[in-house]
Amino acid sequence: MIRVIFAELRKLRRPTLFFGTLGSVVGTSSLVTSLLYLLIDKPGGNSRRGAHISREILSAPNGLTFGFAASAGLLGIVALCVFAAQTAQEYTYGTLRNLLVRQPSRMKLLLGKLVSMSIFQMVIVIVSGVVSIVLSFALAPHAKVSTDLWSSSTAISAVIHTTINVYISAIAFGLFGMALGLLLRSPISSISIGVLWLLIVEGILGTVWSTANKWLPGSQFSNVAQGGSTEISYSYSMAATIIYLVVISVAAATFFKKRDVAS
Amino acid sequence: MSNGISLAIEVDDLSKKYGDYYALSHATFHVPIGTICGFVGPNGSGKTTTIRMLLGLIGSSGGTGKILGESIGDPEKYLPRVGAMIEGPAFYPALSGKENLNVLATLGGFPSERVNTLLQKVGLADRGESKYKTYSLGMKQRLGIAAALLPNPQLLILDEPTNGLDPAGIHEIRELLRSLVQEGITVFVSSHLLSEIQMISEYLVMLREGKVIFFGKTTDLLERQRPTLVVKPEKESDLESLRQLSESLGHKAKVSNNQLHIDAESNWSAPFNKAAFEAGITLASIAIVLPTLEETFFEMTSAQGGGQ
Repeated sequence: MIRVIFAELRKLRRPTLFFGTLGSVVGTSSLVTSLLYLLIDKPGGNSRRGAHISREILSAPNGLTFGFAASAGLLGIVALCVFAAQTAQEYTYGTLRNLLVRQPSRMKLLLGKLVSMSIFQMVIVIVSGVVSIVLSFALAPHAKVSTDLWSSSTAISAVIHTTINVYISAIAFGLFGMALGLLLRSPISSISIGVLWLLIVEGILGTVWSTANKWLPGSQFSNVAQGGSTEISYSYSMAATIIYLVVISVAAATFFKKRDVAS
Repeated sequence: MSNGISLAIEVDDLSKKYGDYYALSHATFHVPIGTICGFVGPNGSGKTTTIRMLLGLIGSSGGTGKILGESIGDPEKYLPRVGAMIEGPAFYPALSGKENLNVLATLGGFPSERVNTLLQKVGLADRGESKYKTYSLGMKQRLGIAAALLPNPQLLILDEPTNGLDPAGIHEIRELLRSLVQEGITVFVSSHLLSEIQMISEYLVMLREGKVIFFGKTTDLLERQRPTLVVKPEKESDLESLRQLSESLGHKAKVSNNQLHIDAESNWSAPFNKAAFEAGITLASIAIVLPTLEETFFEMTSAQGGGQ
């Protein structure tokens, strides 16, 4: 399987994909973090859906991670797109048959792909975190947010926890995209359906049905990245995420293992 | 011979069914080690389905198959010794030709030095760093062949390897395949260029509508066909008289390109020469011509029924 991982990393490191993805997450992370500080006094709020994150909250040891955690949803969308495209393109380019001739074990191939994309995603998440934290330090004085507690051990612990949670969330979104890629065998279809579901369908369902956010997969994945919310606990979202991922992974892997490669 | 195995491909009663439709029906054929075997049949006859099954890409609906002595149900055991290009070359457009080969070399655990050697071998050394999407069809075919050669295979399975190549490229591939066989590699090649298959293939497997209608030595197939006597009279004006003479002796004949083509056994050339002489016609030439593989192919694949 190690060989599959290295072979996949060769594809993922190509400049247009690597730097393109990196650029988009740096942009996203910078935007979300900047707005958190630049709009701190605006009545319309400075966070998601008009929420207001005050100076007192941002000054807390974990205040440093708010920008990073807030950008997790968009990092998840990026992960979904990358995982879906990298999986489905093997069908559209016809390269899957080459891969299977050189690695006939479909499970090893699938697992190797997942591990390599998870490594890629880890780099993306870490860079996003670094950008957000550096920007937070840079913008805090301008927004009159105290950074005294951001160097404490509690703050460092919060950064580590947030990074882990954002990473788990991104992998969950990615696996969702990978499963769509395997089922639909088309990058455009899998990305559009995935994004449509997460950004539009879940939003509508969450609005018209108050309890929907408790079971919708995208909501659970995002809530893991946030470390839980007042409505849904972290442990509940984590358990739901694990259940979703097990079901999605088993279904997609079974499908991939059994289905003829006819293209 | 390899590990005491005499057959590179051994297919017995192999079938692939989609619903009620048989893409391949009870196919049986054998390909000896160290030969070039042509795999021919009209579009939709089951060639690609067969190749996919041999490479473990699709499962069979019945029958058995062995590659290099191992069951096709266990592709991990034989694929490291098999090189393949299926349904034309397929690579990542945004990667260079060299990087595409490196991906497959890494995946298969082959030394990266082999990539440069193979790019040289297929004439792509100077374009190895160019992106695959900038390649011409011929270059893509060459890269596909290089990828198939990566494992230094004992068996090479190629689907239409000369597709898109110019005459010089086709000649190069022909010579490459011949040299590979001299190195002990078995080559199983499907192609629509029947003249090419006839030139290079010692063995032949012919499919029609999912059924094997011939497998064996190419020469056996061609010799089994009725030859044609091609006769040219000294005077062109004697052509019609010659045709009438042939028909009066019970052999159909037709005039084409100032020559008479007579449907007859080869041992009829001397009696016909004598009959022409007695009729006052001098022959400039008389030749026994075996049908080409193309003619045989059309005859066999358009005929109803048939069999090996």
